[in-house]
Amino acid sequence: MTRTEVTAQAHAATRRRALWLRGQAAIRDLWIGGVLLVLIVAFSIDSPYFLTRANWLNTSSTATEVLLLAVGETFVICAGGIDLSVGAVLGLSGTAGAWVMAHGFPGAHGAAAGAVAAGFLAAIAVAGAFGLLNGFLVAWAGIPAFVVTLGTLGIATGFGYLLNNGQEISAIPASVATFGNTNLGGWIPVPVLIAAVITAWCGLLLAKTRFGAYALSIGDSREAVIRAGINHRRYLTEIYLLSGLLAGVAAVLVMARLGAGSPSSGATDNLNAIAAVVIGGASLFGGRGTIIGSVIGTGIIAVLVTGLVLINVPPFWQEVAVGAVLIAAVYIDQLRNRAATRK
Amino acid sequence: MSPRLAVRDLAKHYGGVQALSGVTLHVDAGEVLGVVGDNGAGKSTLLKILSGATFPSAGQVLLDGEPVQFPSPAAAHQAGIATVYQDLALAGQRDVVANFFLGREKLSRNWLARRVGWLDRRAMAEHTVSELARLRTRLPDVRLASRDLSGGQRQALAIARAAAWTSRVLLLDEPTSALGVEQQQQVLDLIRRVRDEGIAVVLVSHQMPDVLAVCDRAAVLRLGQVAATLAGAQLTGENLVGYITGAMAGRDRR
Repeated sequence: MTRTEVTAQAHAATRRRALWLRGQAAIRDLWIGGVLLVLIVAFSIDSPYFLTRANWLNTSSTATEVLLLAVGETFVICAGGIDLSVGAVLGLSGTAGAWVMAHGFPGAHGAAAGAVAAGFLAAIAVAGAFGLLNGFLVAWAGIPAFVVTLGTLGIATGFGYLLNNGQEISAIPASVATFGNTNLGGWIPVPVLIAAVITAWCGLLLAKTRFGAYALSIGDSREAVIRAGINHRRYLTEIYLLSGLLAGVAAVLVMARLGAGSPSSGATDNLNAIAAVVIGGASLFGGRGTIIGSVIGTGIIAVLVTGLVLINVPPFWQEVAVGAVLIAAVYIDQLRNRAATRK
Repeated sequence: MSPRLAVRDLAKHYGGVQALSGVTLHVDAGEVLGVVGDNGAGKSTLLKILSGATFPSAGQVLLDGEPVQFPSPAAAHQAGIATVYQDLALAGQRDVVANFFLGREKLSRNWLARRVGWLDRRAMAEHTVSELARLRTRLPDVRLASRDLSGGQRQALAIARAAAWTSRVLLLDEPTSALGVEQQQQVLDLIRRVRDEGIAVVLVSHQMPDVLAVCDRAAVLRLGQVAATLAGAQLTGENLVGYITGAMAGRDRR
């Protein structure tokens, strides 16, 4: 064989490998979608209540907040970080929003559009401030994300309880709960619709824009991004800010569903959101992840949680199940990474 | 005409340690200058100064005859000096297109899409393919993750990327050291093509055969100084090794 023939053969081989690798990525996304389908089918067979409108409304509403946290967490994890604070920030910012409505506008009742708007904005602003703080400490002070967000988790939790002595704040205009519990056509709760729109937008942001490309590249190789002259600190800060803002939106939707601001409302959402992202195929080592994956991951967790209740498993087993699934998902991710780097 | 890149009486000391002293060198457009020397001879220090990663303690850097100072690697980059370090600075899980355009992404032409930073992936892919073709660098698929390329292909991608975005000077740090024989040849061919485009190439290498194969001239650093600059008939393996080890010493042979 001549040298060009050998080279051509090598090229054909790498091209086949290229197609195979791309196919593998597609199969990975389909695979977790398949797991979700199997769970849905299994629970439907086990319980006559699973495939009902009531269960859909219940599951989709509770999944909404996890979904929004998971979407923000996807950007953070793709960028090689972690945000442990989102659940606590959700609790604090919802309580802060309710506090503004109750104390800034005493006696507001009926629609009280001004009070509601101020409360919602306050919630999102508080959450955004925590996101900025996380981003600043990670990107500019260079403190590991795990430590920073574990710290702000504690800070946000504490402030949330301090606001009203650990009690929820329910003296807010009734229109909030009306907004949060409206179902369009009887099937689509308004919070679910809002979360869906934001999620779709974030999906495009991650996959199709420069911001998303930089998030993935920072997580993949911070060094490469720095050498390319990209202001990585600015983008990292914005990524944590986005995660905070989405926690604020989630807080508003939870407040609207419950008709109150509760400091403990996000306590279990942290673990669920991170698990959803990792189950959805994002790598905790950074550089890989999709919003559609995180949506499916959220679906798996939501179905697991409500399904277990419907087949009469004691509710405390939910957290056991989610924790076990999280560890399994990270283990599979590690195996994949080892396989990819060992050539 | 002044050379593309020149350094004059360059010195650098770290505390009491003299890493470089009195270094005077130049490289012309369309020329490959080899920089060789033993470990600690000052090659990396010279590379760091030229790429803007560190300041010289004394002396001048001249770009097309103009004295320049680079407060940062980004400044050197903007002045048209690109550096490919040994680690290549590629994002492994990102595809060839994303790596090729890292930091210089093409945005959509639609103004609204542009506002949100929407990438024109198609134009980016086409441009990547045409740039790689121009330098006759064959990669199997520009949508492949860079870690799924071979070592030679990764090196070629890093060099082609640097060459595509630079107009003046390309600094290469040990581009062939981790490669097999055929891949080394491909990288050397690529270096020649970059040179033929009129870019000045500085090749820092331990691989004497590569230096002999591709360099028009070679500067030997020894103990922080230029022991010799060899060209033409003087540029032989024997001479290079002699000056590197100090077995041969004396004035520049030009």
